[in-house]
Amino acid sequence: MSESLGTVVPPGTAPPPPPPPPAPAARRVVPLRHPRRWAATAAVLVVAAQAAHGLATNPFYQWDRFGYWFARPVVLQGLGVTLEVTAWSAVLGLLGGVLLALGRLSASPVLRAVSWSYIWLFRSVPLIVVLLFLYNFSALYPVLSVGVPFGPAFATFDESRLAGDMAVAVVGLSLNEAAYAAEVVRAGVLSVDQGQHEAAAALGLPASYRFTRIVLPQALRAVVPSYVNQLIGLVKSTSLVFYVSLLDVFGTVQSLGSTYSGDIVPLLLVATAWYVILTSAVSVVQYYVERHYARGAVRSLPPTPLQRLRAGFAAAGARLRKEAAA
Amino acid sequence: MTGTAAAAPVRPAAVEVHDVHKSYGSRRVLDGVSLTVRPGEVTVVLGPSGSGKSTLLRVVNHLERPESGYVSLNGEPIGVRPHRGHFKELSERAILEQRRRIGFVFQNFNLFPHLTALENVAAAPAATGQLDRDGARELARGLLARVGLADHADAYPRRLSGGQQQRVAIARALALRPGLILFDEPTSALDPELVGEVLSVIRDLAADGTTLVIVTHEIGFAREVADRVVFLDEGRILEEGPPAEVLDHPRHPRTRAFLSKVL
Repeated sequence: MSESLGTVVPPGTAPPPPPPPPAPAARRVVPLRHPRRWAATAAVLVVAAQAAHGLATNPFYQWDRFGYWFARPVVLQGLGVTLEVTAWSAVLGLLGGVLLALGRLSASPVLRAVSWSYIWLFRSVPLIVVLLFLYNFSALYPVLSVGVPFGPAFATFDESRLAGDMAVAVVGLSLNEAAYAAEVVRAGVLSVDQGQHEAAAALGLPASYRFTRIVLPQALRAVVPSYVNQLIGLVKSTSLVFYVSLLDVFGTVQSLGSTYSGDIVPLLLVATAWYVILTSAVSVVQYYVERHYARGAVRSLPPTPLQRLRAGFAAAGARLRKEAAA
Repeated sequence: MTGTAAAAPVRPAAVEVHDVHKSYGSRRVLDGVSLTVRPGEVTVVLGPSGSGKSTLLRVVNHLERPESGYVSLNGEPIGVRPHRGHFKELSERAILEQRRRIGFVFQNFNLFPHLTALENVAAAPAATGQLDRDGARELARGLLARVGLADHADAYPRRLSGGQQQRVAIARALALRPGLILFDEPTSALDPELVGEVLSVIRDLAADGTTLVIVTHEIGFAREVADRVVFLDEGRILEEGPPAEVLDHPRHPRTRAFLSKVL
């Protein structure tokens, strides 16, 4: 079929025939060159190399001190606090967010108004203010009690003994996180087609099953990317718990810095490195969670980076073997 | 069909629609519709778009609440119970219980996209506790085989053609062994060459003696399977009778005008 290309020129046509196509062996297509793109790439590489060189050689960074502090037990202890506060606030914040989202989607105007007001309030107040409020909460409400509203109390708690620093930090971050998570979850639930609710209702599926097994898994596909964004913000917001006298990784570094004032920069680098590691770990988890919830939504799942790497090695190996054989 | 749970024959249900009224805002969608469907009968509902056909179906399984009037299934009111001379809406749990006896097939299939074909069909019998997980899957396999999709049990809906998706949706509606199945324009979202495979599944159901109420624009199919054709216009039933009568010798001028447009 390729043989006929260019050979059939009707006799007697006026314009001169186009140059004959090259022989089949020489028909390789040479891609268009992009010199400006290459120049830009080279410039960026030079700048990046300069930055890396400066980072490595500038004595100001004191990399030996960074190495000394990076995995000190006191820093790791702070890291443990960061992880604990983050984990609790992420879970409690998401649970609160689901409840608030259900409230905003409820048919009851009171539930809608209360959820809306909560979200409005906690999105308006800076987190640090919420934390400091809670820190001084025992002065506002010295005694908490469980009982009939406005009536007799069945059990009372002494507030100052109930709320440790950790509890204050987790409650503060969760209250704040729930307000943002609510909007993320609500957007996810709204993204599920109305027909899904109807089909589930027409099958007589119980309400709890409808929400947890039909609507939520589909909503999560839209929720996961935004919630992870939220989560990464949360990881970094935990550095504020320093102000309610909880020593997380940042707080530890900060207080070490006032003792070892010559090491402030390497200590800040230690905190930076740990936050980068934490957010990277969250991003990797995000990738696989998103893949999980993409089931059925895309025709075929793209390969994971690991699978791509393995496939790349296999292809390279095959090419090498072929060339060695030739 | 395989599976012991699917072995017992389903008793076809009788449906009665009693003087149902329904409006959306100021727009009257159903304006006093009454209809009787005998057990095992196939009723085709025809009418121009916006005539209230879909709403009528949705009132039958109480996806829509009528303002007055009611629907009964084998003599039992759907979604309501008599209470001191009027009707009181049933609890959500009771309404869900009743819906399990009524299959519903949607124009847009509405399959659950995150579940495979098999999981779509097995969901309802497992979730409602009618069968255990394995029993539900076995039943689902049998039903998928019955609609000719045994090979696609593990496919996600997105991977199936429109006709295949609608057949999965029919299998899903059959999984609770309903005595009545409602079809809301089951072939309107399909490419023309896929209509036949869905109609042939519905034809088999009609032959099995299940009570069917079908909203469709497939006049030829209506003529072939319907025991009765109902013509709905502006929320009222203008004409009803055997297909030979309504389709070939319509009495009402509106019916004639409609048929001349779609035939």
